[in-house]
Amino acid sequence: MTRRIDWWGLALLAPAFLLMFALFVVPAFSSVVGAFAGEGGPTLAHFRRAFGTYGGDIWFTLWMVVAAVLIIAALAVLIGGYLTLGGSRAAVAVLAWLYRWPLFVPMVCAAQMMRSFLARNGMLNNTLIASGLLTPAGAGSMLDWRGILITFVWKQLPFVTLITAGAMAALDRSLIEAARDLGASRMRVLFGIIVPLVRGPLLVASVLTFVTLMSVLSVPVMLTADSPTMITVDMAYRITTFGDYGTADALGVISYLLTMGAAWLYLRDAARQRAVFR
Amino acid sequence: MGLFAFAIFGPIANLVLWAFAERWFWPHALPSQYGFAFWQRVFSPRGGAWESMGLSIGIALLTVVISLALAIPAGYALARRAVPLRAVLMLLFLLPQAFPTLPIYMNIARLFYSVGLNGTVPGVVLVHSLHGLVLAVWIAAAAFAAVDRQQEEAARNLGAGPLRTFATITLPAALPGLLASAIFVFLDSLDEFTATYFVGVPDITTMPLMMFNAAMGGNYQIASITALVLLLPSIGFMLLIERFLKADVIAKIGA
Repeated sequence: MTRRIDWWGLALLAPAFLLMFALFVVPAFSSVVGAFAGEGGPTLAHFRRAFGTYGGDIWFTLWMVVAAVLIIAALAVLIGGYLTLGGSRAAVAVLAWLYRWPLFVPMVCAAQMMRSFLARNGMLNNTLIASGLLTPAGAGSMLDWRGILITFVWKQLPFVTLITAGAMAALDRSLIEAARDLGASRMRVLFGIIVPLVRGPLLVASVLTFVTLMSVLSVPVMLTADSPTMITVDMAYRITTFGDYGTADALGVISYLLTMGAAWLYLRDAARQRAVFR
Repeated sequence: MGLFAFAIFGPIANLVLWAFAERWFWPHALPSQYGFAFWQRVFSPRGGAWESMGLSIGIALLTVVISLALAIPAGYALARRAVPLRAVLMLLFLLPQAFPTLPIYMNIARLFYSVGLNGTVPGVVLVHSLHGLVLAVWIAAAAFAAVDRQQEEAARNLGAGPLRTFATITLPAALPGLLASAIFVFLDSLDEFTATYFVGVPDITTMPLMMFNAAMGGNYQIASITALVLLLPSIGFMLLIERFLKADVIAKIGA
């Protein structure tokens, strides 16, 4: 039996689909084509230049993004765990209110805040000096890779925590209470029962964060002028300074591949989990 | 808890201090003189802040209109009609979220350059609508899926046509979710930096671009003031979000 095609449904979808096609599928395709296009046919020259000139930046980018995602995931589990298992109701309420603040703060604003907060004369150093933990002479600037990492964690932690804590709140309380009654410590319940059950949402949020951080231009530009920097900065530089779309596209394709690697790790894990539970 | 509060609010507090500081010399922990002089400068006719703000808000409103005009029919079709390849289409509407955006934006800019859309308001609105559409289609599909089918069927049985049923039953029931998606899209466009950086150059200076230029020019006060103005709607929305986006809609996202 052939199903009748719902032409009305398709017609309702068509305008959205066309915009998506023109502004996403076409540019994505053209970036891949541009990465291989040479004057006399397909070439790997752009990739040679990308790896030759920006090899260090590629590693730096991967390392920054992976480190940020790991730190964020760990903190999100701890915060979500406290929100689920915490003993003091007041502390839970305060924490739940507190952690969301940076959720919708634009990345550029976060970068500007951190630029002043982490600078040599910033509030972090001033507070440490005032509390006697640091001498004025020992105060240094953190506006390098540490600044990038701190900004990434500050900005993206609420998102991953929101998803993770939401999944934790949706769990069956009786399971957690049974384990607590049998004498399991909070940490044991968190890592033995809760984390395995919220693994899916936690990983989805982590992969989305990986993708987001992979495309941030403002934070590395504003926080550090050092080398190595992130490849987003290199892409913008190749285009605005040299009009060199070839190398920029090659770096773009490399960032697709890194993202696909993260997505592949997630999909493999999801498939394995499904196999275990079946 | 105190340390965590400092980690969250410290950077925000530092920004607020800079916004009101007139003189601030290292190694003083606090500014030596506060005032509104820089606010006057930013919001003076020559400061360009009003212009940027108007431009940002105008672009964001147009982005909401385009995104929702395309997303409402698309979301309805995905939620209610037997569209072939529904799963593939849903995935396509998610894909831009799962893809590094910067290489996409730079190729859009290249494309727009050849058709004269670079540095124009329509160009920036279109590129913002790409991301707005992703948010709006998913939320709209979830909002329509959460509408009670029996009410629609009752209306049809009483003789209402499909359009009338949609306008009097389905649309009002889905309205809170659609409103939430509109706010999401609006904020997203207001805060957008990377796409505007590539596509808007050189004529479109939205608030984030103005902030970025001031920051790169080394003017901490002006950058902080602009950042603070940008921050207010974001934080306001963060505090309101739970009232707008109901749990039953969130549960249907992606279903």
